[in-house]
Amino acid sequence: MSYHVNENGYFGSFGGAYIPEMLYPNIEELKRVYSQMISDPAFTAEYTQLLRDYVGRPSPLYLAERLSQKYGASIYLKREDLNHTGAHKINNTVGQILLAERLGKKRIIAETGAGQHGVATATVCALKGLECVVYMGEVDIERQAPNVARMKMMGATVIPATSGSKTLKDATNEALRDWINNPADTHYIIGSVVGPHPYPDMVARFQSIISEETKWQLKEKTGSTEPDYVLACVGGGSNAMGMFYHFLDDANVRLIAVEAAGKGVDSGETAATTLLGKEGVLHGSRSIVMQTEDGQVVEPYSISAGLDYPGIGPQHAHLYASKRAQYVSITDDEAMEAALLLTQLEGIIPAIESAHAFAYLDKMQFKGGETVVVCLSGRGDKDLNTYMKYFGL
Amino acid sequence: MNRISQLFNQKKTSVLSIFFTAGYPGLHSTVDIAEALEKAGADFLEIGIPYSDPLADGPVIQNSSQKAIANGMTVKLLFEQLKDLRKRVSVPVLLMGYVNPVLQYGVERFCASCAEVGVDGVIVPDLPMYEYEEMYRTCFEKNHVSNIFLITPHTSEERIKKIDELSNGFIYLLSSSSTTGKSLSVSATTEDYFARIKNMNLQNPTMIGFGISDHTSFSKASEYANGAIVGSAFVRLLDSENYMEKIPEFVKGIKGEISVS
Ligand SMILES: Cc1ncc(COP(=O)(O)O)c(C=O)c1O
Repeated sequence: MSYHVNENGYFGSFGGAYIPEMLYPNIEELKRVYSQMISDPAFTAEYTQLLRDYVGRPSPLYLAERLSQKYGASIYLKREDLNHTGAHKINNTVGQILLAERLGKKRIIAETGAGQHGVATATVCALKGLECVVYMGEVDIERQAPNVARMKMMGATVIPATSGSKTLKDATNEALRDWINNPADTHYIIGSVVGPHPYPDMVARFQSIISEETKWQLKEKTGSTEPDYVLACVGGGSNAMGMFYHFLDDANVRLIAVEAAGKGVDSGETAATTLLGKEGVLHGSRSIVMQTEDGQVVEPYSISAGLDYPGIGPQHAHLYASKRAQYVSITDDEAMEAALLLTQLEGIIPAIESAHAFAYLDKMQFKGGETVVVCLSGRGDKDLNTYMKYFGL
Repeated sequence: MNRISQLFNQKKTSVLSIFFTAGYPGLHSTVDIAEALEKAGADFLEIGIPYSDPLADGPVIQNSSQKAIANGMTVKLLFEQLKDLRKRVSVPVLLMGYVNPVLQYGVERFCASCAEVGVDGVIVPDLPMYEYEEMYRTCFEKNHVSNIFLITPHTSEERIKKIDELSNGFIYLLSSSSTTGKSLSVSATTEDYFARIKNMNLQNPTMIGFGISDHTSFSKASEYANGAIVGSAFVRLLDSENYMEKIPEFVKGIKGEISVS
């Protein structure tokens, strides 16, 4: 079974490019320039150098001893939280800004939920001197205020998305509309493994550095490249895809993707996409989408802005349908408790998104001695407001 | 031959099509508005299927979609409302909507329902050509439902030829690459683009849409294509209180049969 994209842009029956004609030339140009770029050694050299000297890669693989003791397994954290700007998102934006340069685009647009992708985009735009416009849901602007300030400080324009649930889905709609209206001079840096082909595959490849490093780091530490379990949270699914990528063909490695259940999967306030969704088309690709019987996309909910999305990337839909990865969900409360636990056992404050992955450790049964890698996709600085309110700090 | 082809056989210039959203402003206003538009002189109609995430639409049509969904409009209800369509409306009628609600209703069932109630064609802006050919074409053709493709100023000549081959009805020329509801600004580049398409002598008729809002933009568009499509400007009219009474004046105004300030 292939877990990768085929020549028509599909992963199994998921993917494709469901875009209006206005975006067709952009998508074609993107496919062409992207495939030239990834086989160009000059690109590889520049990308690798930026990841090392600017982002701070490789990110450490850290054996969390007290957490390991608690659960009775060897738990390694892939420290994407230590990247410049504080999350995995920058792996993708560094790759895409180099692409934008090759496309000759002068203006960059992005959508953002937690603000991490917006910050990572504003950062690389500052680095390259390009104009940057970020769409962000009005609700998220409020709950991720520090990130809004960071984007503005870097010279980006932050435009509130005021339609629908005023979160990530709506910000993505606005970004796509902007692109339709400005196709000639603008590159859209999508922040997750979603959107029309070639985005899901492209973003997954830029994020695949996470599992590429994990394999040799694990080999150094344990003598084997293969852990028993790999865990990551899923909003659109980019940190999870990056964390799974080089393990996809290692059948012994169990891949666990953790979605946000919000207030509970039956509460009506949730973002547990695989559990509640059906096949459908959202933001340019065929995938699994939370929707009504009539095909109207449902407003999702999660305490974490980065997981508050009613779909998942098409490659995830394929991993789900083919059962290569297991999809589970964690509530707001479980995630918040897990965040506190990690903080107090290891001295690491995680992003609330990442805390969802950690919360699942509590539901797993270990025999003892298993090796587990958890993707710590980002740090919790941006979430201090939410933590303060929740824990009454 | 379906109603669309018949229309273009009889009328080659200044064909006027009007778009409005099903279930807006009132849940049951759809067929009343259609009938009033035909009486007022519209040559054919496009009925929008409301969708939660209409990414090719500007604020006016977004807003109408949102209200229509809140009113309770669904694809199923729309087909129920259209059961009597052909008793009251004789001009061609197309449905315009996004691919997801069509998928959920079921593509086969959708085409069959179109045929049953007398819908002549559909415009699904986010259904790509590749997917149409691979998965939907047979079903559309079996039910004599025309699939209308869009062309923008950036569509290549080769692709336009391919679209012309696949089309049976008309081709929808976007005045510019934009979402709906912007006003038409006819620059030298736009005129070049319109003229370029006109000189290709396509086998299908062409209709210009996006940004057509008054008699000036309508007649400008009609110089280059068989006619033009009015969307947001009409949806905006539906926002006013006694919109039913204003429909005749609106249509006559666009056609230049009366002058409106
Ligand atoms: C720290 C962190 N983790 C995870 C996510 C979720 O995105 P994805 O599923 O694409 O990794 C976000 C999104 O904003 C994030 O900021």
